Amino acid sequence: MSVPVSWYLVLSAVLFAIGSAGALTRRNGISIFLSIELMLNAGNLALIAYARQWGEHTGQILVFFVMAVAAAEAAIGLALFIAVYRQRRTIDINRINLMRW
Amino acid sequence: MPDHLLATVVNIAVMLGFLLTVVPVMVWVERRGSALIQDRPGPNRLGPFGLIQPLADALKFMFKEDVTPTAADKPLYLLAPALAIMPAMLTISVIPFGPDAVIGGEPFRPMIANVDAGVLLFLALASLGVYSLVLAGYASNNKFSLMGAIRASAQMISYELALTVAVLAVVIPVGSFNLQDVVNYQRTHIWNVIPQFIGFVIFLIASFAETNRLPFDLPEAESELVAGFHTEYSAMRFASFFMGEYMSMTSLSALGVTLYFGGWSLPGVDFDGWLGVIVGLLVLVAKVAFCMAVFVWVRWTFPRFRYDQLMRLGWKVLLPLAIFNLILVSAMTLAGWLGAP
Amino acid sequence: METAIFLLFALLAVASSLVVILHKNPVYSTMSLVVTLFSVAVLFVLLGAPFIAAIQILVYTGAIVVLFLFVVMLLNITREESSVSQQKVQFGGAVLGSLLFGGMLVLLFWNASRTDLDPITQELVSMKGLARQMFTEFLLPFEIVGLLLLVAVIGATVAARKPPQPEKPMEDIEP
Repeated sequence: MSVPVSWYLVLSAVLFAIGSAGALTRRNGISIFLSIELMLNAGNLALIAYARQWGEHTGQILVFFVMAVAAAEAAIGLALFIAVYRQRRTIDINRINLMRW
Repeated sequence: MPDHLLATVVNIAVMLGFLLTVVPVMVWVERRGSALIQDRPGPNRLGPFGLIQPLADALKFMFKEDVTPTAADKPLYLLAPALAIMPAMLTISVIPFGPDAVIGGEPFRPMIANVDAGVLLFLALASLGVYSLVLAGYASNNKFSLMGAIRASAQMISYELALTVAVLAVVIPVGSFNLQDVVNYQRTHIWNVIPQFIGFVIFLIASFAETNRLPFDLPEAESELVAGFHTEYSAMRFASFFMGEYMSMTSLSALGVTLYFGGWSLPGVDFDGWLGVIVGLLVLVAKVAFCMAVFVWVRWTFPRFRYDQLMRLGWKVLLPLAIFNLILVSAMTLAGWLGAP
Repeated sequence: METAIFLLFALLAVASSLVVILHKNPVYSTMSLVVTLFSVAVLFVLLGAPFIAAIQILVYTGAIVVLFLFVVMLLNITREESSVSQQKVQFGGAVLGSLLFGGMLVLLFWNASRTDLDPITQELVSMKGLARQMFTEFLLPFEIVGLLLLVAVIGATVAARKPPQPEKPMEDIEP
């Protein structure tokens, strides 16, 4: 009696929705980043669930790559935040609007 | 099924008992050892050679006032000491302490978590140890604590890299992440410390940094940060950090011994069944005890590194060296010098 | 048993991810992200991917999230958020999020996933099979990811480096 794959997919959808809501509502740069990590992880969960469904490794390998990309993204993003903070003393994205117009 | 359950319970009892006994013993060894190195008597009033001193220390910790700063972030402040002990208790579960045996007609493997990804699981769970330091430093709401926490997070991430790469080099010739296979490989070939001496040195240095022991105890550097991340802690909460440090030293020592010094095996010593498991456990404990003595010896011998020196050593020396070691071991494995797995 | 574990950790994941996006203090958000990632790692084990689960804890919770925490503490950004029409924005975000969620649910049940699951095979769990496929079929992507990480390291180092301080003019210094 194993858990059907669709349950995992629904959970993945819920996590993704929560992550996207967070990325849209939060104003703090770090929190937005955390929400994006949440969305990436929801995607990973779906990929692993599909790998289980078809009984092969491709999904797991994709997750491996997603994690590497997430690590790269986190490193670059946080470095940018530090650089922005040095200039403007804030990482509130409402106040980092220099490039908006 | 109940038999497996019994085996698991026995495994957990043995390892947990080992881990919890280490703390009072190490308190005594540390105090007497430092006294020996510094040429002073050390605690010698309670019992023969001051052997009851750890008990007195424990009582003192229990009855001291437990202070929580008013400005502290309460939930995280209370969570941090618990997190200090958790990783060590979890990581010890992948260490085997004896040969596979058949007991009462049932196969018995003396390790708690017999999983394929054993080494990885160890590294993954050990990497959670940094949270207790970081949260303690942040939640105390104290400048020195925060400095200690920032240092801790940077230091532990940096040295974890070198540690992981060094450990991966061990796994290559073995062809399995299960530590029992690592030990069996060393029984049929040679202890890994000889072909992988570079990796062993990296592991040794990185494990000092991972456990925040003296040449690298910058998160708590007394002379600069009062007591670093645990400045505000007192009584049993402080004792938890203390215990966590000794426990993670123990589990890292057990990993190091298993990876580089044949774990529970000893050349020429070969028993079957219960006897094999008990002898294996004794050998493992003896080897770990030796490592712990080295920890104490190093702590009271070396001065503390400066922070920039620490970072330079981690990123510019240890990591390239670890990668070089990985390539070297891969090449040696391909050339067949390390034998078939 | 498996269902119970799934439900427990699924609930934990959802609850902690709600804390991630709702808590004002970034430190708490980060810590509950750790809980989410841990629960998802447990689900990975249930799905027959212990290697990915270990990597998830090692890379995500052990390194990336620590990095987040490091930056949060380094910049000392605790509970500052601009509050300009915060309520409206949050409401809009929540509606958009749930709309997205509803859409995805429909899509999921459209392509109804298989219900007759084969039991987890040794093949799926084994790391050897994973490694073989990764280093043969996916060799090129693997190399590209390696290159990407190298570029990221260089980029992060350059971006976070302190800009060279301009020399202070002499007249600023009082005699």
